[in-house]
Amino acid sequence: MATIYVDNKPYVVNEGRNLLQVCLSLGFNLPYFCWHPALGSVGACRQCAVKQFKDEKDKRGKIVMACMTPAAEGVRIAVDDEEARQFRETVIEWLMANHPHDCPVCDEGGECHLQDMTVMTGHNYRKYRFPKRTYQNQYLGPFINHEMNRCIQCYRCVRFYQDYAGGQDLGVFAAHDRVYFGRHKDGVLENEFSGNLVELCPTGVFTDKTLKGHYTRAWDLQTAPSVCVHCGVGCNTTPGERYGLLRRIHNRFNHDVNGYFLCDRGRYGYEFVNGERRVRTPLLKRDGALGPVTRAEALTEIGKVLSGPAVLLGIGSPRASIESNFALRELVGPDRFYDGVSARERQLLSAMLSTLRAPGVHSPSLREVGEADAVFVLGENLAEVAPMIALQVRQAVYRSTVPMGERLGIPAWHDSAIREAIQGRHGPLYLATVTGDKLADVATRSWCAAPDDLARLGFAVAHCIDPTAPSVSDLSEELPGLAKEIAGALRSAQRPLIVSGPSCGSLAVVQAAANVAISLSAAGAQHAALCYDAPECNSFGPALLDGHGLDEALQAAKSGSVYAAIVLENDLYRRADRAAVDAFLEGAEQVVVIDHTVHDTTKRADVVLPAATFAEGDGTLVNNEGRAQRFVQVFKAQGDVQESWRWLGELSRTAPSNGAWQNLDHICTRIAETAPALGEIARVAPAATARFLAQRIPRQAHRYSGRTAIGAHVNVHEPALPEDPDSPMAFSMEGFPSTCSSALTSAYWAPGWNSVQALNKFQAEVGGPLRVGNAGVRLWEVAEGHDHKYFEVIPPAFQSREKEHLAVPLHHIFGSEELSVLSPSVAERAPASYVAVNFRDAEALQITDGENVQLVLDGIPYRLPVRILPDLPSGVVGLPSGLPEMSWVKLPGWGKIVKEVPA
Amino acid sequence: MLTEEIKHEIEAEAERFERKQAACIEALRIVQMHRRWVDDESVRDIASVLDMSPDEVDSVATFYNLIYRHPVGRHVIRVCASVSCWLLGYERLLDHLIQRLGIAVGETTADGRFTLLLNQCLGACDHAPALMIDQDQYQDLDVANVEAVLEHYQ
Ligand code: SF4
Ligand code: SF4
Ligand code: FES
Ligand code: FES
Repeated sequence: MATIYVDNKPYVVNEGRNLLQVCLSLGFNLPYFCWHPALGSVGACRQCAVKQFKDEKDKRGKIVMACMTPAAEGVRIAVDDEEARQFRETVIEWLMANHPHDCPVCDEGGECHLQDMTVMTGHNYRKYRFPKRTYQNQYLGPFINHEMNRCIQCYRCVRFYQDYAGGQDLGVFAAHDRVYFGRHKDGVLENEFSGNLVELCPTGVFTDKTLKGHYTRAWDLQTAPSVCVHCGVGCNTTPGERYGLLRRIHNRFNHDVNGYFLCDRGRYGYEFVNGERRVRTPLLKRDGALGPVTRAEALTEIGKVLSGPAVLLGIGSPRASIESNFALRELVGPDRFYDGVSARERQLLSAMLSTLRAPGVHSPSLREVGEADAVFVLGENLAEVAPMIALQVRQAVYRSTVPMGERLGIPAWHDSAIREAIQGRHGPLYLATVTGDKLADVATRSWCAAPDDLARLGFAVAHCIDPTAPSVSDLSEELPGLAKEIAGALRSAQRPLIVSGPSCGSLAVVQAAANVAISLSAAGAQHAALCYDAPECNSFGPALLDGHGLDEALQAAKSGSVYAAIVLENDLYRRADRAAVDAFLEGAEQVVVIDHTVHDTTKRADVVLPAATFAEGDGTLVNNEGRAQRFVQVFKAQGDVQESWRWLGELSRTAPSNGAWQNLDHICTRIAETAPALGEIARVAPAATARFLAQRIPRQAHRYSGRTAIGAHVNVHEPALPEDPDSPMAFSMEGFPSTCSSALTSAYWAPGWNSVQALNKFQAEVGGPLRVGNAGVRLWEVAEGHDHKYFEVIPPAFQSREKEHLAVPLHHIFGSEELSVLSPSVAERAPASYVAVNFRDAEALQITDGENVQLVLDGIPYRLPVRILPDLPSGVVGLPSGLPEMSWVKLPGWGKIVKEVPA
Repeated sequence: MLTEEIKHEIEAEAERFERKQAACIEALRIVQMHRRWVDDESVRDIASVLDMSPDEVDSVATFYNLIYRHPVGRHVIRVCASVSCWLLGYERLLDHLIQRLGIAVGETTADGRFTLLLNQCLGACDHAPALMIDQDQYQDLDVANVEAVLEHYQ
């Protein structure tokens, strides 16, 4: 700690920070642009000027940049100093000389840091009366709009894009008063995190293009705290709605999870909520065709079967909430509740789950991933399957070099000097994946191999770390050296991290990663961590509810028994073989599907009930680290749309069963009583009855407009506010805008701070955790003791076959996930299907890039264009995973490539 | 496409550095030496030789005023437009050149002989106004003596 003097008052502050950080943390309104809590300082904008004095006798002082000056013991500064104030005002005046006066038509208006800082410095009148500098804007793809005239040259965009996210196709061009931030040529911004520019740019240069398509001012958005549903990381989000349309997704800060950022799948996948494929009313099949019916008709129809002789099978879903899965389990009984994932995935998920819950294995939060000082990635192309984990691994390898700079006397926050000092060096990162990875540019070593060989490397690393771990016989040439090197790097690290997961479909890979983690803990590593990514937003949910395997349910078709099925938010055709699903659905007395979106399974249903999406309902999701997080209803959907757990509650009341819950708290209490693994679920967010100063928390900003006019074309009387039985939030601008619970805060605002940077005011220290703590509850913490039970089954080395190739899934951030790809902007970025082959195999097969071939898998031929992927191991071909046109292919599996003979 | 010769020159430069990206400026200079200016395609080609993205190369290219990203004439005139030269009347000199060559600043004569550009301080303040043509500097210029200077450049 250090004592510094600000405006002649002493303050005790954290040493090792800069003056801007401490002034903001102390609550001073000091304007800034280029500094960002996650990006550090460069001193580019000259906005954060304060006056520094030598000692108490020094009356003249000198202007310094707060963000570039250490908060050392005894430092004396003045924020409230006429000359410093003038300086800050003048800086804004210079910026304003070229900044267009176009706030009324600027998408940033109303949540603009430049507006806030301009007002803060008191620069109220423009003196400059001459033409302004103008630029051509660029086309940057479906996500981002570009309006360069508004730029104030703070350099945040390129620093984030290049230095933080590793992007290479956004740069700064030209010099002096004509610097330009954009691409070499018009074109799609390729980096997976480009959407963050929208929140990082303090002006309206980079804005959300999808929001522009249905634009609403920030203050007119109704928001609620939410959780991303597009992968298992569970980033916290703030969706915004108006007039029944979901309009955008913004980041919601969670220091333990996603911090300030989101990936582009998470930010832009939301438009499925507004999509044409939504189910909006109950549907009933009559004469072979589904048509809309009233809810009473639909429920009566289902009721007939519920009270009939058919055995009721409930198929849950990893993309439905805990509550909905549980409600289904209550309705059908634990014996007939199935987890709704493919047999292979079930096997992988349960291996992951049991490892993560075993003693001695620490499952790190996303923040901890970014703090590791040696990383070994086994099997996962992280940027494609769990993008935010990739972003944090990138930070980890950068951060582990910061001590190098600190040894030279450079403080950690001095980003430009640290980067200069380390000259592109990075901490140990080892990538072992099936195909080339986007983190390769910062990897110490990258190695591509077939899944079995990846697993063998992992097992070998574990054995190098702890000789009692099973050893791998006859490793091929390069492997023993590589395994030793990785083991050495992990052993000598303070916070070694292994990242793995289910994406290459190999149980051996998941187990090998577990062995590495166990070996580290056996070797006495205190802070070793094992991070498994999970494919879907609630992948662990059904497993924590002890769901049975989907394949068992599908067997019912063969058993000759009389059964009916309720399918919860799940397209079974993405989970299992088409013929087996067909037989199962055909054999059922009745098929009820509760979902929000039409897909192949809803088309085969007898009754479809319209489910709420994450934006229209409440629920809890368990992420990849085992953190339970609540998403709160953002808006009431029109018509009969409601949470699946509500539908299931209604069904239980018509049936002779006991699940008579009325609201979220009822069902959470019941879950806590019945499912021991989920005992903490009620603690995830305050109960619906909680009040803050006797009031509810408003979902709308105090500036929300048009409340009395919004429905005036229908009725001039203001309608009653919708009730919210499930959370303490109100669909209103009235109430106490409390930030008492981060689980119930979706937007931050403070007087003078209308942009996302208002968050500063709610952190104990800027950049650090929220004062009220971070949202979410971890369902398990690492238990004491070591679990020395190693996985013993080591696969033999991969053998390529003469006439066949091993087909493995290749994942795509845009395209592989079921819901986000329904967003037009994401769909635009999705690849067309293909079969990937490496050079040598292509040569041997006499096929070339782009040529159509037949790939025969399990007897089914797929006609696909060839894509040459140089990194793919020989004997292995890759197929894009989850693309709509090839939704279920059993992978990995052996297939045969047949060259097409021209007719 | 870069010629083999240009490529070899760039690769030779790159070998002198620990990281070949450091040869980016040299690479741009080499291309310009052979082709007078650097077109988009060359930016992309340099990028692939040096393992950079075109955006990174172009950031460097556009930063330096001596790297031309537009076609220039056989000879480039850079008239100093900074303080000393302004005090001593560079504007008259510039106006004369504009008249005489029939082009505005930033343009190239139709016959491809001259391109006219401005420059900030050529380090010849004690002999202002000054200008440079290609690699040569001329001092103490005025409307009367500049004509003879131009004559050297065909
Ligand atoms: S585009 Fe935005 S973030 Fe980038 S330099 Fe300009 S104002 Fe800053
Ligand atoms: S990493 Fe996953 S959870 Fe996070 S924003 Fe992206 S898709 Fe959503
Ligand atoms: S914030 Fe300090 S110089 Fe930009
Ligand atoms: S101002 Fe022209 S040479 Fe210095």
